[in-house]
Amino acid sequence: MSSETKQILTTDGIPLEVSLKKAEKKNKIKAFLLVAPLLLFIIITYVFPIGDMLMRSVDDKMVTEMLPKTFKSMEKWDGEDLPPEEVFEAFYFDFQKLIEEEREGKLSTQLNYTKNGFKSIIKKLRRKSKSFEEGNYKEQIMSVHRRWADVEYWRAIKRRAPAYTYQKYLKGVDMYENEKGEIINVPEDRRVHRILWLRTLEIAFFVTVFCFLMAYPIAHLLATLPMKYSNLLMICVLLPFWTSLLVRTASWMILLQQQGIVNDFFVMIGLVSDDNRLEMMFNKTGSYVAMTQILLPFMVLPLYSVMKTISPSLMRAGKSLGGTPFVAFWKVYFPLTIPGIGAGCLLVFILAIGYYITPALVGGASGTLISNQIAFHMKSTLDWSFASAMGLMLLSGVLVIYWLYNKLVGIDNIKLG
Amino acid sequence: MALPKYTEPHYRIWHYVYLTICAAVFFFLIAPLFVIFPLSFNAEEFLVFSDGMKRLDPDAFSLRWYQDMIYGTKNPWGLAAKNSFIIAIFATIGSVILGTVAALGLSSRHMPYKGLIMAVLISPMIVPLIISGVAIFFFMAKVGLAATHTGIVLAHIILGTPFVVITVTATLSGFDHSVTRAAASLGSDPVNTFMKITLPLILPGVISGGLFAFVTSFDEVVVVLFLAGLENTTIPIQMWTGLREQLSPTILAVATCLIILSTLILVTAELLRRRSERLRGINR
Repeated sequence: MSSETKQILTTDGIPLEVSLKKAEKKNKIKAFLLVAPLLLFIIITYVFPIGDMLMRSVDDKMVTEMLPKTFKSMEKWDGEDLPPEEVFEAFYFDFQKLIEEEREGKLSTQLNYTKNGFKSIIKKLRRKSKSFEEGNYKEQIMSVHRRWADVEYWRAIKRRAPAYTYQKYLKGVDMYENEKGEIINVPEDRRVHRILWLRTLEIAFFVTVFCFLMAYPIAHLLATLPMKYSNLLMICVLLPFWTSLLVRTASWMILLQQQGIVNDFFVMIGLVSDDNRLEMMFNKTGSYVAMTQILLPFMVLPLYSVMKTISPSLMRAGKSLGGTPFVAFWKVYFPLTIPGIGAGCLLVFILAIGYYITPALVGGASGTLISNQIAFHMKSTLDWSFASAMGLMLLSGVLVIYWLYNKLVGIDNIKLG
Repeated sequence: MALPKYTEPHYRIWHYVYLTICAAVFFFLIAPLFVIFPLSFNAEEFLVFSDGMKRLDPDAFSLRWYQDMIYGTKNPWGLAAKNSFIIAIFATIGSVILGTVAALGLSSRHMPYKGLIMAVLISPMIVPLIISGVAIFFFMAKVGLAATHTGIVLAHIILGTPFVVITVTATLSGFDHSVTRAAASLGSDPVNTFMKITLPLILPGVISGGLFAFVTSFDEVVVVLFLAGLENTTIPIQMWTGLREQLSPTILAVATCLIILSTLILVTAELLRRRSERLRGINR
């Protein structure tokens, strides 16, 4: 059979198989060329910059370039006792060059990240070094401040020698590398980031659960009601979906404030007394309530689209075979909706874990998430490499869920209204 | 949803409980939007219902915040609205063109590495906005487009294209490719075929993708916060600043306008979706 098919020729005398392959290849290239503009655009303006974030997060060239001679002379130093004279000398000359370029402030900021206490002693050294005499720099530098005679500070400098570092990632989980190169936890009272990661996971998880619990009944109602009613109710789901995030957050700020309507209602029904109104904003409650309402449509839509395909006769069959409505629901209907549950939960969780605007406005100090911390470092402390490192840690988590979503649901099956 | 007559009492009760839960959830979804409406007509400066408003006293209501929004001195809303519309319109045009063309390629069964490429193209929708913001800011700063309209438009094209790709590929999944082959066999070149045959058929999907892209750009605040300078302020930025500093009734007047706008967009999108399903012969 195969030998016969091979002999079939097209009118040009080329074997059909070859001709077909050629045509297929042409089609492939054609399809690819259509996608290419967008793909290139996204890769250049989006994927590469994320790679750039990766470079920034591990980049530590700044100090390496500021103290080239010092690090060169430190290569032979074992780090046990105070470094030899030549290291001090190299450091002095590097430092003089930085003063000329007015960059010694940057050095002190950078070294202070590694070990607290560098800021003041570098300032002092700059003042005193003007009157240094030639030779015996070790004595002269050590006499500026007793910390300059402390081997710990010289070890801290040496740790900044490599051009790349993973310190920012350690900092992101409240750890650091000490002078001996051991990785240890920061003291308990200064652990801020772990709390934030846990809180982010906690809020994303519970928001997902709340969304699921609220979305399941209404998605079921929408899927079983006759079209003309369900279309009307669908607007209740879609209108918030299309409304600006800031508008929805603003409405929660009005509702949840102490003199707001929700508190008024609680006072009216006697749940709380008038002078003891609940604080529901600028804390976790605010984040929970507002995020649940804002993300609810993303749970309803996938659930609805799955429930819509389940034939009502299945439930009837379950009941006619002797199951009570509850048994029929649990054994027949619920398992069929699991794909929708998976899609909705993953989508809501992915969106919740990276939330920024709503927690920043209604979350207060106890309701903010990891995204808020990233924004804080981008805008306030300007520690962009740390912001990049935290961003990438968050991104890697999101990508795992994204991969799972793609595997379970298929990315082209996202439902948008 | 009426229950059959033979339903046992406890299932009947359960049914009403279920309906009550549904009503409560719908209320939770939609009610917050309607709080803004009356408060934006408040005659006083406070964001609570005054006693006069509760009595429906006409003097307790006024349009002063709308006046302030439009005519107020040193008021940023005019510039913000202008910027928002310019940026959103250009971002929508860019997203629709790039996204539709890419969707045509992705819907071809000859497309190699479809899954991987699709995952890359959709990623701006999935990756947390704060990360997109940081990454795009680094890029725009490097090429000198930070704090320019062009930079913000490009950023919003990145964020808008996934929606266009998704809606157009969904529309194309029910597309009968024999009509384009018929056109080709009758001597039409590919561009002509696309303009005369394919585009009119997938137009509802393209427009609804465009609406998504428009809304995404028009509402977007995280990335813009990184990119915008004083000259590029947009409505979301002004709302963000206003909400952080002091919640003023003028913001509620703006919010009311935004709700009206989103209602119009929703109605358009819904009509298009139904038309598209009718065209593709999907009966629901």
